[in-house]
Amino acid sequence: MPPVLDVASLGINFGGLHALDDFSIQVGNREIVGLIGPNGAGKTTVFNLLTNVYRPSRGSIKLTGKNTLGKSTHEVTRHGIARTFQNIRLFRSLSVMDNVKIALHNSMNYSLLAACLRLPSYWKQEAEASETSLELLSVFDMESMAGYPAGSLPYGAQRRLEIIRALATNPKVLLLDEPAAGMNPSETAELMRTIRDVRDKFDVAIILIEHDMSLVMGVCERILVLNYGLIIAQGAPDEIRNNPMVVEAYLGSQREGD
Amino acid sequence: MPGLLKRTPVRYALNAAAALGLYIVIMSLIGGKVLNRYQALMLIPIGYNIILAVSLNLTAGFLGQLPLGHAGFMSVGGYAAALFSMSVSLPPSFELPAALLIGFTVSAMFGVVIGLPALRLKGDYLAIITLGFGEIIRVIILNLKFTGGAYGLKGIGRQTTVTWVYIFVLITLYVINTLIKSRHGRAIISIREDEIAAEASGIPTTYYKVLAFSISAGFAGVAGGLYAHYLSILDPSTFGFMRSVEILVIVVLGGLGSVFGSVISAAVLTILPELLRGFAEYRMVIYSLLLVTVMIFKPSGLCGRYEFSLGDSIDGLCASIRARILKKGGGGDASGS
Ligand SMILES: Nc1ncnc2c1ncn2[C@@H]1O[C@H](COP(=O)(O)OP(=O)(O)OP(=O)(O)O)[C@@H](O)[C@H]1O
Ligand SMILES: [Mg+2]
Repeated sequence: MPPVLDVASLGINFGGLHALDDFSIQVGNREIVGLIGPNGAGKTTVFNLLTNVYRPSRGSIKLTGKNTLGKSTHEVTRHGIARTFQNIRLFRSLSVMDNVKIALHNSMNYSLLAACLRLPSYWKQEAEASETSLELLSVFDMESMAGYPAGSLPYGAQRRLEIIRALATNPKVLLLDEPAAGMNPSETAELMRTIRDVRDKFDVAIILIEHDMSLVMGVCERILVLNYGLIIAQGAPDEIRNNPMVVEAYLGSQREGD
Repeated sequence: MPGLLKRTPVRYALNAAAALGLYIVIMSLIGGKVLNRYQALMLIPIGYNIILAVSLNLTAGFLGQLPLGHAGFMSVGGYAAALFSMSVSLPPSFELPAALLIGFTVSAMFGVVIGLPALRLKGDYLAIITLGFGEIIRVIILNLKFTGGAYGLKGIGRQTTVTWVYIFVLITLYVINTLIKSRHGRAIISIREDEIAAEASGIPTTYYKVLAFSISAGFAGVAGGLYAHYLSILDPSTFGFMRSVEILVIVVLGGLGSVFGSVISAAVLTILPELLRGFAEYRMVIYSLLLVTVMIFKPSGLCGRYEFSLGDSIDGLCASIRARILKKGGGGDASGS
């Protein structure tokens, strides 16, 4: 079976800095891959390149065999790569429900005219979208928050809403950038369970950036380690845990920092 | 029956009845000479200023971009509509709407041409480019033959009546409201909230920016057409930068992102200078003080992002009356929730 996501020797420079170099990865169907590395290693940059927020200087990106390199971000999303952001980016003053409905934009197709004349297609698709939103929210037990402004939610709920919003675009690959950041231990444990649920329920492959080692080691089937923009190791959680290069570059430096 | 007003057909009927009711009230005030001729004529500038403010709000308040050339689009639409109506002779009840449709179309097309390069770029290029556009269009009109140059365009049919203005205000409000409460409107608002997140959620942001901007420009053109057929003369000097700023002030005072706020603010800021005519010397001072005061005490504008809804208001009123009655009736019932 061909990989869902096939990335070959991706790279970008910011000025003189090689933020990412020769980054290759194949993600299989329904696979959960962890992406770890010290601060500034280039993890978020990978996501920004995959979604074409930054244009890669070199490399190729194929999603289910189709090239997505050079397509604009919304097209990449439509092709099936969805993401969350390290610094939460919700539509803060809009309701939780509207946040999800915005991501359902492309699952509706009624025209501007149909909207202004309130044709049956408008009513039907809007009703469906509301229903889908509530279903998605219920995956994270958030239906009861549908009417609140997204910005007023507690931190953990905002992170969950971002994941729901990404799922609403019906992705094949879901990119999660530090979803547990700012969550308390019980929320993190809950999140770990949900990530697996999400994979099973939505049939997506997931790439997970995370500093919380228990989360990464717990849910990921495979882990890639980045340091200074280069992959320095990859393998199963156990191999990574005991890899001396990783311990030095990442776990070691973190221990020093503490 | 608290749920009744939540039903959409009921709400639509209610709004239509209210619009018709208000029209009848206005016309009988004019007919019964409660409003004198001068006051009745004030309704027309109030009307086209509402159209200008509400349409600008689509770009400034809902899309979250700062345009500084709304008067430019007003003039483009005004000239297009006037030149059209002067060169054809259609049945009276047909000519003005046709001219306004032309005004809308031409302005909206200019909106696409200006908006496309300006809005593709991230950042506040729109302010600079629309500022330039407003001035350039004024100079061009000043130097063209068929627009009458500096003398202006004279002899435009005086076809703008209170009724026509009322109809086009309603059309503007209807279109903007239905647009905003649709997937297209949500896409526009999502750009204001977070452009990067909007793109990542699959919204083609450039398309929606240009769309919102050109619809906004189109309605400015309608307002220009109403203006032209009200004054019967168009003079390029009235569409300068200060006119654009005045419209922006109306929107900001009413509340960026509140259609209701724009309507109220447009009405108040059109009447106010006239009321202050008696204090001619202090007029601008009072006007500015008012602006500064509102900006200090309510920087989000008078209405913030509040939207008035007739159904909700009646619902709320009924609920509070019911609550009061229950309180009186069930005073002794300690277990009441
Ligand atoms: N737009 C940009 N312009 C210049 N430099 C950038 C830009 N984006 C990222 N960088 C640099 O690229 C490097 C990698 O950044 P990136 O955000 O990918 O790190 P990260 O691995 O996600 O780190 P963290 O764990 O802190 O989130 C850093 O040195 C960063 O300063
Ligand atoms: Mg990062």
